[in-house]
Amino acid sequence: MSASAVFVLDLKGKVLICRNYKGDVDMSEIDHFLTLLMQQEEEGLMCPVISHGSVHFMWIKHSNLYLVATTNKNSNASLVYAFLYKLVEVFTEYFKELEEESIQDNFVVVYELLDELMDFGFPQTTDSKILQEYITQEGNKLEVAKTKVPTTVTNAVSWRSEGLKYKKNEVFIDVIESINVLVNANGSVMSSDIVGSIKLKTMLSGMPELRLGLNDRVLFALTGRDKGKTVAMEDVKFHQCVRLSRFESDRTISFIPPDGESELMSYRINTHVKPLIWIESVIEKFSHSRVEIMVKAKGQFKKQSVANNVEVRVPVPSDADTPKFKTSTGHAKYVPEKNLVVWTIKSFPGGKEFLMRAHFGLPSVENDEMEGKPPITVKFEIPYFTVSGIQVRYMKIIEKSGYQALPWVRYITQSGDYQLRTNA
Amino acid sequence: MTDSKYFTTTKKGEIFELKAELNSDKKEKKKEAVKKVIASMTVGKDVSALFPDVVNCMQTDNLELKKLVYLYLMNYAKSQPDMAIMAVNTFVKDCEDPNPLIRALAVRTMGCIRVDKITEYLCEPLRKCLKDEDPYVRKTAAVCVAKLHDINAQLVEDQGFLDTLKDLISDSNPMVVANAVAALSEIAESHPNSNLLDLNPQTINKLLTALNECTEWGQIFILDCLANYTPRDDRESQSICERVTPRLSHANSAVVLSAVKVLMKFMEMLPKDLDYYGTLLKKLAPPLVTLLSAEPELQYVALRNINLIVQKRPEILKHEMKVFFVKYNDPIYVKLEKLDIMIRLASQANIAQVLAELKEYATEVDVDFVRKAVRAIGRCAIKVEQSAERCVSTLLDLIQTKVNYVVQEAIVVIKDIFRKYPNKYESVIATLCENLDSLDEPEARAAMIWIVGEYAERIDNADELLESFLEGFHDESTQVQLQLLTAIVKLFLKKPTETQELVQQVLSLATQDSDNPDLRDRGYIYWRLLSTDPVAAKEVVLAEKPLISEETDLIEPTLLDELICHIGTLASVYHKPPSAFVEGGRGVQHKRLPARAGSGESAESPDVGQAVSAVSDAPPAVIPSQGDLLGDLLNLDLAPPTSNVPPVPSSMQMGAMDLLGGGLDSLMGDESETSASHYRTEVQSPQPPECSERELGGDVGGSPAMGVSLGGAPVGMPAGLGAAPAVGGGLGDLFDLGGGVGVTAGSYIPPKTVWLPAMKAKGLEISGTFARRSGVIHMDLSFTNKAMSVMTDFAIQFNKNSFGLAPAGPLQVLTPLSPNQTVDVSLPLSTTGPVMKMEPLNNLQVAVKNNIDVFYFSCQYPISLLFVEDGKMDRQVFLATWKDIPSENEAQFQIKDCHLNSDAASNKLQGSNIFTVAKRTVDTQDMLYQSVKLTNGIWMLAELRIQTGNPNSTLSVKCRAPEVSQYVYQCYELILRN
Repeated sequence: MSASAVFVLDLKGKVLICRNYKGDVDMSEIDHFLTLLMQQEEEGLMCPVISHGSVHFMWIKHSNLYLVATTNKNSNASLVYAFLYKLVEVFTEYFKELEEESIQDNFVVVYELLDELMDFGFPQTTDSKILQEYITQEGNKLEVAKTKVPTTVTNAVSWRSEGLKYKKNEVFIDVIESINVLVNANGSVMSSDIVGSIKLKTMLSGMPELRLGLNDRVLFALTGRDKGKTVAMEDVKFHQCVRLSRFESDRTISFIPPDGESELMSYRINTHVKPLIWIESVIEKFSHSRVEIMVKAKGQFKKQSVANNVEVRVPVPSDADTPKFKTSTGHAKYVPEKNLVVWTIKSFPGGKEFLMRAHFGLPSVENDEMEGKPPITVKFEIPYFTVSGIQVRYMKIIEKSGYQALPWVRYITQSGDYQLRTNA
Repeated sequence: MTDSKYFTTTKKGEIFELKAELNSDKKEKKKEAVKKVIASMTVGKDVSALFPDVVNCMQTDNLELKKLVYLYLMNYAKSQPDMAIMAVNTFVKDCEDPNPLIRALAVRTMGCIRVDKITEYLCEPLRKCLKDEDPYVRKTAAVCVAKLHDINAQLVEDQGFLDTLKDLISDSNPMVVANAVAALSEIAESHPNSNLLDLNPQTINKLLTALNECTEWGQIFILDCLANYTPRDDRESQSICERVTPRLSHANSAVVLSAVKVLMKFMEMLPKDLDYYGTLLKKLAPPLVTLLSAEPELQYVALRNINLIVQKRPEILKHEMKVFFVKYNDPIYVKLEKLDIMIRLASQANIAQVLAELKEYATEVDVDFVRKAVRAIGRCAIKVEQSAERCVSTLLDLIQTKVNYVVQEAIVVIKDIFRKYPNKYESVIATLCENLDSLDEPEARAAMIWIVGEYAERIDNADELLESFLEGFHDESTQVQLQLLTAIVKLFLKKPTETQELVQQVLSLATQDSDNPDLRDRGYIYWRLLSTDPVAAKEVVLAEKPLISEETDLIEPTLLDELICHIGTLASVYHKPPSAFVEGGRGVQHKRLPARAGSGESAESPDVGQAVSAVSDAPPAVIPSQGDLLGDLLNLDLAPPTSNVPPVPSSMQMGAMDLLGGGLDSLMGDESETSASHYRTEVQSPQPPECSERELGGDVGGSPAMGVSLGGAPVGMPAGLGAAPAVGGGLGDLFDLGGGVGVTAGSYIPPKTVWLPAMKAKGLEISGTFARRSGVIHMDLSFTNKAMSVMTDFAIQFNKNSFGLAPAGPLQVLTPLSPNQTVDVSLPLSTTGPVMKMEPLNNLQVAVKNNIDVFYFSCQYPISLLFVEDGKMDRQVFLATWKDIPSENEAQFQIKDCHLNSDAASNKLQGSNIFTVAKRTVDTQDMLYQSVKLTNGIWMLAELRIQTGNPNSTLSVKCRAPEVSQYVYQCYELILRN
């Protein structure tokens, strides 16, 4: 079905910890993993699946670790990768950072978790909030009360425990939209989309029933209502807790929320968006002598909005030296280890235009290795604003105890994968 | 304080110390000691010596300690099976612990101890746990059944655990259902025929209900299980699809892909005119696109699957080109996959954008990616005709960059563009020639040489260019050598006066100085051709080339369908069926898409759903590969049998005449066959259709001129056309006769039936029938190409058969057969072939070859095919013969439901060469005395009694070869009833 065994390796390929779930793949097969990976890397044919005889390795890398699953069957590969990423998530929530040290420092818990997360290759309970109720880090302080299975583990509501109590019942809703843009060197927008995410921080007592209302175009069409701006979401993905069949039938987003922070849903909107920060660049390279860079940034959004923490990252040749900058606002910095000039503007009002010039020297003996043409990338955040115009119309909270709860909504637009190709 | 301290004790006598600590009275110390043991185990030290001491710590109420001891047990029980028994008691006890966590932990660990001896002790606790009141324990026990089954399948069956497991599918708790489904699927996978998961509408309903409530992983187990179900009809299929589609909105990519699998599979059953079918198609696109924002590894799995989906149902993503544009920071494996999908989606509507992108990619630095991008430009040119010119100019721009591998790659694809659009872009040749010196890769050199040879007449210094390659001839790769040989022969045929020396040089290099058989064979063939018949040589070498197909790298439809059933799995990532990479026969089932209900669609392109049902309806006998048949098949490439002819004096003065002498001729007789098949393998090996030296292979196999001139070229007639055209003409005449069907023929021709279904012949479907027209036997064939690539190089061969039927000429499928195209061919047959008695007598085993493979099928011909026109016997002779044939040779048959009177019957039979010699009437009964002569000279005498008003007639047949009688009867019946 999925994995025969799961390994956590360090960068040298040494096994830090492993768990054999099925016993149908020789555990020593893992010794071949790093050699094969290196070989692939050398040939430039890296691939997330590596096979060695009848054994297949599926791997991901996280900080200084490899997480590898082995199998000799026709496993569900997407399940395996999703599970490996889930491992990272659970370990990170347990240990803050997942790295070589945290595995070693917590090996007893890691074993316990590996035992609980997967059984005979079938992923089981992977919700770290629930796991934390019965697999605790301080084993010695284990109280008898905590060694009962939380009913949540096998409940239909497997993501929220019963009996939670808050003095003040509140929900914080963050609507975050990321703009992905790919602009060609000649200035035409090749592709653009918006990936939105609605995040919750719930501090609610008991088992509340929530209903979220958005200005969803399909919903408005269904109910025959047509006032105000609506948003057409291309695709929507929901957290476990949302009743998918309900959404499918009448577009109602109803759920019992997980406690604390979670991502309730994400959506994708395909409409053509105007790049909010427009970049024009001229990069002139004079071989053996210098590179001259001129970058113009323009805020293409409403005057009353302000983009914060804007960073324009401009690539420079790896052998450039002696940087000189001139900016009309903000400040520019050379980051040689990344071959970048980072131009930072703390506050960038809509409609404004700024300029940055950079000058680098080039050695007379040139690097003959071909260099790629990395694009200019931009980072920014615009609060109190969503590009798509999506709005939370209401959040209904009903709990049988009948308490009043307050929803708080915050909107923010930020850069996602924001790339502008250069002609250099 | 962290656990890392446990790793630090590396003193001597460690085991001894640990032993003491494990046996300590203090709980804390014990636990610390177990932790140290586990730490040692983790870093790979052997601590198995401590087995009894660790097991002694098992009985504890400290859960953490218990877990550690269990962990130790799982690791070392196998190496200490005898001592593992010590643990059994504790397991049994723990399975009854009041704390469900401990019960579950015990049952979970038990299954992981793969020691035969203790498994039987575990049955009772497992049985209890399967019925436990706590769902957490039940779901753990369900998985334990699969574990136990893996260790001892028989035990699990004997103990009835499988039934208990099946009952759990109806459990009230969704998590238990999901694990039971997972366990059953796992067991079923290793026992394909066990029918464990006999899914029926009731269980399906239960699964669909649990689907809404279980964890994300449970949803995947259920969806993967659902995908194995075949709905009874399209309505059930639709209702399942409706309940599965909400899963497309799940945040977990694996849930989405498993749902896509179910939908793609069940969609196959929906009629295409159904509104819901269209709705479903629309619903699939957005989630597939969203998968591209997942983590890179999941993106990769998604892209590999999208690659399949795009081939199976191109309409789903045809408007989504942009999302496949490559990002600078994509990992290489994502980039290459995206590129592949971009080309598949390229169409006239989006080609401008695609080209702009490809050009951008071609200036990147990653060599593999750049190469693929350049190749992609070539593929676009071939796929979208309107874009060809732009592609060519883009490629020229790229050549100007002088980046070595870009130039080489560009030349390779330009060659293909020339093949696709001959005489259109030759103006660029000059630019290409400028780069001749920089080419160092065999493929690029071969491509360039091909171009020079193909357009030799337009390149002034073609001879110089080719000559420059000759110097290092023996250092070149075979690919280049072969191409150079062909190119120079082409050049010679186009400009004979100036290049005689060059051609001699290359021929001698290829034949005398090379030890590569392919090269030598090709050299000899050219040499021979040129020396005997330059005109024929021209026809062969400069023959018109078959067009290259638009789409390459397409997955074969049957494999594609199987892979669709494996969406999300490794098979879909590798694009290989599981049988190709999963060891052992066990667990390898070929999955198939369900067949569409009804036949609402007609001219749909390769639809395997239909093909599947066609196969099951009429399974034709497939010939087992018999030795002698295979032997015969080797002759296949040269359709008319060649005969050795005396040496032919050359009209040209060549060196090494002795090579062309008798020795060679006898060689040629044998070798021409093998060499032809060499070329064939070579044609297929390097790359699919677009770029291989197929011109020679194709010609040798396909052209009748070649076969004849090789074998029977007339003596000393350099320019004469000798036997070749004569035979050709003769065939032509035969076909003319064949064309006049209906004028002369009164014989009954059965309708065509499918002899070779597309499923069994990689997309080639053959149907046919037999007819006798104007005294010539014809096999009327229809070839239909249900695959996605063009088929060429058809040839046919019969196995020895009862009446010596053999093709009287080569199979005339001259133009390549495009996908979805059908061509009708009438193949004249002779009866002078080798004879071997077949069972049944009228069985004919046929082999058909095309550029893809050789296929075998068998069919049966009506024996009336063999009834000759001069089969009317003299009355006297008839009487005498009738008496002469012993009466035990007489056979009697009833012909039912025939409402013809004797005259009508007589007329009808005569159309098929059954002649009435005499007629007698007694009361209301007419007796017809009839004679038939077979092609092999056997006579058959018959008496047909027809009673007026009675639809049943009686036939008596007398023949010296009585086994023929029943076939004659079959013919009577066939003729009279139709």
